[in-house]
Amino acid sequence: MTAETFLASLHLSTPELILAVGAMVLLMIGVFTGEKSSGLVTGLAVGLLAVSGAWLIWQTGDGQAYGGVFLSDPFARFMKVLTLAGSMATLIMSAGEARSAGIDRFEFPVLVVLATLGMLLMISANDLISVYLALELQSLALYVVAAMHRDNLRSTEAGLKYFVLGALSSGMLLYGMSLVYGFTGHTGFEAIASALSAEGRSLGLVFGLVFILAGVAFKISAVPFHMWTPDVYEGAPTPVTAFFAAAPKIAAMAMLIRLVITPFEPIVADWRQIVVFISIASMLLGAFAAIGQRNIKRLMAYSSIGHMGYALVGLASGSMAGVRGVLIYMLVYMVMTLGTFACILAMKRKDGNHVENVDDLAGLSQTNPLMATVLTVMMFSLAGIPPLAGFFAKYFVFMAAVEAQLYALAIIGVLASVVGAYYYLRVIKLMWFDEAKGEFARPSGVLRLVYGLSGLFVAAYVLIGGPIGTAAEVAARTFF
Amino acid sequence: MTDWPILSAVTFLPLAGVVVLLLMREDSAAGRRNILNVSLFTTIVTFLVSLWVWWDFDYANPGFQMIEKHAWLGTGISYHLGVDGISVLFVVLSAFLMPFCVLASWLTIEKRLKAYMIAFLLLEVFMVGVFVSLDIVLFYVFFEAGLIPMFIIIGVWGGKDRVYASYKFFLYTLLGSVLMLLAIMAMYWQAGTTDMVELLAYNFPRQMQTWLWLAFFASFAVKMPMWPVHTWLPDAHVQAPTAGSVILAGILLKLGGYGFLRFSLPMFPLASEYFAPMVFSLSIVAIIYTSLVAMMQSDIKKLIAYSSVAHMGYVTMGIFAANTQGVQGAIFQMLSHGIVSGALFLCVGVVYDRTHTREISAYGGLVNNMPKYAVAFMVFTMANVGLPGTSGFVGEITTLLGAFRANTWVAFFATSGVILSACYALWLYRRVIFGALEKDSLKSLLDLSGREKAILYPLVVLTIFFGVYPAPVFDATAASVDLLVNNYTAAVQAAQDVALSAK
Repeated sequence: MTAETFLASLHLSTPELILAVGAMVLLMIGVFTGEKSSGLVTGLAVGLLAVSGAWLIWQTGDGQAYGGVFLSDPFARFMKVLTLAGSMATLIMSAGEARSAGIDRFEFPVLVVLATLGMLLMISANDLISVYLALELQSLALYVVAAMHRDNLRSTEAGLKYFVLGALSSGMLLYGMSLVYGFTGHTGFEAIASALSAEGRSLGLVFGLVFILAGVAFKISAVPFHMWTPDVYEGAPTPVTAFFAAAPKIAAMAMLIRLVITPFEPIVADWRQIVVFISIASMLLGAFAAIGQRNIKRLMAYSSIGHMGYALVGLASGSMAGVRGVLIYMLVYMVMTLGTFACILAMKRKDGNHVENVDDLAGLSQTNPLMATVLTVMMFSLAGIPPLAGFFAKYFVFMAAVEAQLYALAIIGVLASVVGAYYYLRVIKLMWFDEAKGEFARPSGVLRLVYGLSGLFVAAYVLIGGPIGTAAEVAARTFF
Repeated sequence: MTDWPILSAVTFLPLAGVVVLLLMREDSAAGRRNILNVSLFTTIVTFLVSLWVWWDFDYANPGFQMIEKHAWLGTGISYHLGVDGISVLFVVLSAFLMPFCVLASWLTIEKRLKAYMIAFLLLEVFMVGVFVSLDIVLFYVFFEAGLIPMFIIIGVWGGKDRVYASYKFFLYTLLGSVLMLLAIMAMYWQAGTTDMVELLAYNFPRQMQTWLWLAFFASFAVKMPMWPVHTWLPDAHVQAPTAGSVILAGILLKLGGYGFLRFSLPMFPLASEYFAPMVFSLSIVAIIYTSLVAMMQSDIKKLIAYSSVAHMGYVTMGIFAANTQGVQGAIFQMLSHGIVSGALFLCVGVVYDRTHTREISAYGGLVNNMPKYAVAFMVFTMANVGLPGTSGFVGEITTLLGAFRANTWVAFFATSGVILSACYALWLYRRVIFGALEKDSLKSLLDLSGREKAILYPLVVLTIFFGVYPAPVFDATAASVDLLVNNYTAAVQAAQDVALSAK
């Protein structure tokens, strides 16, 4: 590698370098100033993410770097900006709640920055090896973050459970990758694709594909690899749960899209049936299993499982329209999730105790009409009722499925969304139809800001959806 | 023709009222008063603008008018508005009923008045939007969005079983609609557009028409509602507050009929012809069976709800008779039913506000101390029965004429529904109004107040006016209906010719 190509590579990966170097500096600041620096470090971490995001938006150079293992393209930029926004929003939200959630340590923002770095690399990875390294960087940071509240039994249990199952999934992924390498002789995505279209697929390669998809399904918590999700969501401190629900899902989905659309594009018929299956299973499980949940974080866990199923509906089509649908879906999903978790973080009684039961929301429309309205908008949007953003997200993924003539998938999907509407309606019913059982303390300013903005986005999607759709289309054209 | 976007104005004007309401407080008597005044003012202004739409409407033009088209969400989905003879009067009807809803809620809504009025104004936006949309996705957005405010209205301000009723209403309707959404997507990929004007001109393959027709039918039949998917309606009607029932019966039920006229009949003519016998059968069952069920109800609102299902049976029958009389009659019947059933629910509201019961057995002899009420209630009862001289008669006789031309037996069975409707309606009237005034709870009731007169008398006038002079409605709809029926007949004829020449 000449100095010139090395410099070009560095330039392409500047956003990642900002985060990597920045995280080291933050760690130093934290170590030398001690525990009291957590506020400062959080602020700086948000700044780092913002700078990295701004770079991605203004610097539009695309290309491959580091000998083709790293790739920057419109798709990667779109997903990276989303991921950074998700990480930033959760850091901002957690700033006010860190003390009561037991995560007010300076390591928390540093780990979030490192995890985010891993996610950006996952999105840009163009080689099986760089995929794995990026994924592990992300996962290791996340395992620690899940167990951040180390004096709390549930938090440590969540961290341990996440670690064991995550390690298992990484193992499966790695096994699959080695099979793919063994049967194609390549690790680079384009090389695998050309080898597959030249030689056709062998049985061993299909095994590899299945293992890889199983490993990724773990990361996006799709059925049947979803078991960790409700427990980790419930056990982890709420700001951490909000983080888990947003940014890592986006990165993992981006990785999955790139995997199936680039190297495995020639064997679309093989991976499509797997994606269709996990999509249907996720939608159905997400719809039915959430009905009985009493804890709102568990409810959101099943909800997110269902939503990953809907996003996969778009991917199953394997077309431009499908990828565009998934991109819009992930964007809308992230905003809805952040808004909902901002409301969940605001479920704090006047004595400072956080509550997590759905029933605690009873009568919220009388005690805090604004928060109740936002949460109502979120629930209707999650249920996919127009004119809210969630409807348009579903519209675009199902449209792709209909285009690809996956009628059974589409019909099961929309029927599952009706079942899903039932439990979202229950939250709304509690807030509006029932009498209040107790008031919440006034939410902090940042929480009101986050849920206010998310509510505005979801409600005003009818006005701003045009440019968003165009951006998603540009990103999706990367592959086609 | 006007240059400014009059249809956008009539659709989104209530949003201005919502914004003003958001800035108001309701914790004092003066605040309450202001909220009511703002809501009433907004709805009246919207109604006046809708009258302007009717005034500007060119009767001779069968196509769409006052068109507005802007790019919206990319990929073919545009913001496209326009009205033709079929939709223009529904816009007027929606805007017309809203001031009455505000007036009917003047004193009865005691808690959370502000949220109530906001929900109603939002509902108005969505309802009017359905009738003016010329983009099929935009149509769906408005069509489904109405569920949100109605769910809240039934659930928060409804009666004892409001939670059950609101869930049932929401999930039933949603289940029907999602299949329509898939059909809309399939149409987009087939025809390459979501523009209704282009879709109306597009010939879908016969096989595809069948599936698309069924998917749309699932949605509209639930909304209509047709037997056997009507069961959400009695629950929703009984539990909803008076104004909610008025909107449900007056407008939301018309969305189904409008959908049949706008999509099923013109876009899928071959499938419509194929399925017409099924629709006729379901309509006849609805007319006869639900009339019998209505007769046995002990709850006034439930009785009127079942009678609505029966009257909607005439509408579906008229639409799928697919001739000028049938379609004209169906439109007239929908408009007339919008006024009459709305008025009947308002009448129930009048006595419910006084006694807080809807049991028929709790009433009797009201004519003695509420003569003005008795007269108004009588006019609407007669219109519900279809007595000549009321608007109900015109709608029923024209749909029956249309059905008679299409299929004599259908008309024969449907006509028996007229007799049955006389049975339940007159019996209801006898039990509530006539007889001796024996019950102590009723003896102190006062006759109509000034506000109630302002609600009921205009409706009485309209009911009789359209009964003796229905021309304004028929004139407005004639050109568009002719176009619709001619296109339908031509499409069916062409398919038959092809089939014949193939033999």
